[in-house]
Amino acid sequence: MEKQNNQEYLTAIQAAFGADVLAHEEAFGMLNVELTPARIHDAIAWLQQHQDLSVNYLTNIAGIHYPESEGREFAVVYQLHSWKNNLRLRIKGYLPKDNLHIASITDLFAGANWMERETYDFFGIIFDGHPDLRRILNMDDMDYFPMRKEYVLEDATREDKDDRFFGRNNNEL
Amino acid sequence: MSQDLKDVIQAADPANVATINFGPTHPSTHGIFQNILKVDGEKIISSEQTVGYIHRAFEKLAERRPYNQITPITDRLNYCSSPINNIGWEMTVEKLIGVDIPKRVQYMRVIIMELARIADHLICNSVIGVDAGALTSFFYPFSEREKIYELYEELSGARLTTNMGRIGGFERDFTPVFHEKLKSFLKTFPKAFEEFDSMLARNRIFMDRTKGAGPISAERALSYSFSGPNLRAAGVDYDVRAMNPYSSYEDFDFIIPVGVNGDTYDRFMVRQEEIRQSLRIITQAYNNLPEGDYKADLPDFYLPAKADVYNNMEALIYHFKIIMGETELPVGEVYHAVEGGNGELGYYLISDGGRTPYRLQFRRPCFIYYQAYPEMIKGLPISDAVLTLSSINVIAGELDA
Amino acid sequence: MGKIEDLETINGEGYQLTTLDKAIALARANSVWPLPFATSCCGIEFMATMGSAYDLSRFGMERMSFTPRQADLLIVAGTISKKLGPVLKRVYEQMAEPKWVLSVGACACSGGIFDTYSVLQGIDRIIPVDVYVPGCPPRPEQIIEGVMNIHELVKKESNRRRYSEEYKHLMDTYQIDIDQHGEAK
Repeated sequence: MEKQNNQEYLTAIQAAFGADVLAHEEAFGMLNVELTPARIHDAIAWLQQHQDLSVNYLTNIAGIHYPESEGREFAVVYQLHSWKNNLRLRIKGYLPKDNLHIASITDLFAGANWMERETYDFFGIIFDGHPDLRRILNMDDMDYFPMRKEYVLEDATREDKDDRFFGRNNNEL
Repeated sequence: MSQDLKDVIQAADPANVATINFGPTHPSTHGIFQNILKVDGEKIISSEQTVGYIHRAFEKLAERRPYNQITPITDRLNYCSSPINNIGWEMTVEKLIGVDIPKRVQYMRVIIMELARIADHLICNSVIGVDAGALTSFFYPFSEREKIYELYEELSGARLTTNMGRIGGFERDFTPVFHEKLKSFLKTFPKAFEEFDSMLARNRIFMDRTKGAGPISAERALSYSFSGPNLRAAGVDYDVRAMNPYSSYEDFDFIIPVGVNGDTYDRFMVRQEEIRQSLRIITQAYNNLPEGDYKADLPDFYLPAKADVYNNMEALIYHFKIIMGETELPVGEVYHAVEGGNGELGYYLISDGGRTPYRLQFRRPCFIYYQAYPEMIKGLPISDAVLTLSSINVIAGELDA
Repeated sequence: MGKIEDLETINGEGYQLTTLDKAIALARANSVWPLPFATSCCGIEFMATMGSAYDLSRFGMERMSFTPRQADLLIVAGTISKKLGPVLKRVYEQMAEPKWVLSVGACACSGGIFDTYSVLQGIDRIIPVDVYVPGCPPRPEQIIEGVMNIHELVKKESNRRRYSEEYKHLMDTYQIDIDQHGEAK
């Protein structure tokens, strides 16, 4: 069985998921496919079980915050790796800020457990079906999601740093 | 797991189950992470981890720093092998801007990365010895690591958090002192290493302690996205240097050692063999080191020589633009992975053309494989749990980022 | 029998006369039992200081105590995050008097390069510190100098330091309750 390449993956995914494939592009040699968030769990399961495409390794799950794009503020990026074809690809889902829910893939890959907890901790994205979704790196009683763009890097209660010297005025954050 | 152990776990009377705290400050948790264990006598029934005690918010910090200022942060990820993190980051940026790196730089990078891998594995293996009670075998490798530190100092100026290299190459060529030290290292290290190996590898007590401690099967390891020596000890030969070669690794001849059942002994032996393979790679790279420049021709990112800055108008302008962050960067997202000391260390960089990244996510191998720890120690006595923890080489900086 | 050189004494034929204070201080200084509270990169440099090339045990620090009850010197090496702050304070309070604190590395002294929402900007926000060793990470020679400074402190300070008003006042500023012997409650 010869190795599949980006184009073959794209054609197969489009054939199986049709209208749910919202966009695709090739970024620096890696295929990015954007799907509707509700179908991502099934898409990854399908890719995992597919004979030829055989995606067997979950590399990474990342969250990204785009405060400027209306209705698509949060992105969840699943980075997958198929060893049979030595091919990496990304599946992306964009979520609006008032409905931050997406199905968890811990039943497909056990390693997704902490990756999803970290994404929840940083961005507040809720993974439905996750066995134990709570904060992992930050303190449990933290009441905001620090990686969102509206929060500053430094601790909000510090008294010894003057914002003016760092080009930040307190009224425009 | 044997049948009587399974019976023990099933039959655990709640009155006999004790909840004990293993960490966060504990002599054997090398790094700060807490495990709350439920034990019946000595056998562990279940455990739960708390991490994040050294969360330094690298990803948020990186959004505020220009690209060349992020290299010191990457040092502090897996600080036992910092040059690998530094060079991995520089390669990510070079992938984004799309530049060809001279062959000499690539070979120099390979030499430095393999030295870092040796340093990392030496710490891990000597610490497994310490946790099993063998304190002498801790001091021997540490003297050898001092030689590696001296080599880093020659090239970058620092021992541990090296900030090695620049975007496009290195800050200086290998000095004559570096050549001398490397040659003497290649001559004396193998013998010292075999002495260390002879203390533990076929030691009856060590083998009895470590065989069967914390096993994991290849299927479970794959499902948990393991990588690096832990995955190779379980029998899967996945190595980023072989699968997606970078920086001329395809020119070198080396084998990838794999274990059988993924327990502590296999992890120890895989790391020992990897040290020997790293020595092989360094020897090959050093003997075939091509002539050439120690940096790429990259005036937009690589600072010009100071003498030029004072005399040449163009160099002055480039210097100003680089320091003030006025360079144009391409927009896009790039993922680059290197084989770190613990596995696939990945950098997922999203650039919006500004002087700092829009989003930089570190794919940290330690964070990903530590979640399998409860499964690995289920049903084992506490002493085995201690050995398993030190053998999977969890580095707190990489765990929490 | 050799004369003890390090001590301020009146020497005579076969005897040395000194005060009990000074003798106790000398004994304490030369046998400090450290508690290495090593969190990150400075911890690896500390391990290198313990190794044979730099050898901290020349200075009496042969026996590392990982239990606070038996330790004299709390060596905090590495970044302390806000999550770890209460743990550090608890370890400090559990240590028995007399005790000193050595803060190794930029992160422990002042937060270092990590001016972020999760890092404690210096351990002296929660526990009193005696000697600061800057560096990122400090070279083993610097750590040894820090230890030598601790030895100077131990030799020069009064043995009854914990009973003084000043000490009580210092502990009050850190909200650490001490009983009449200076031990944290």
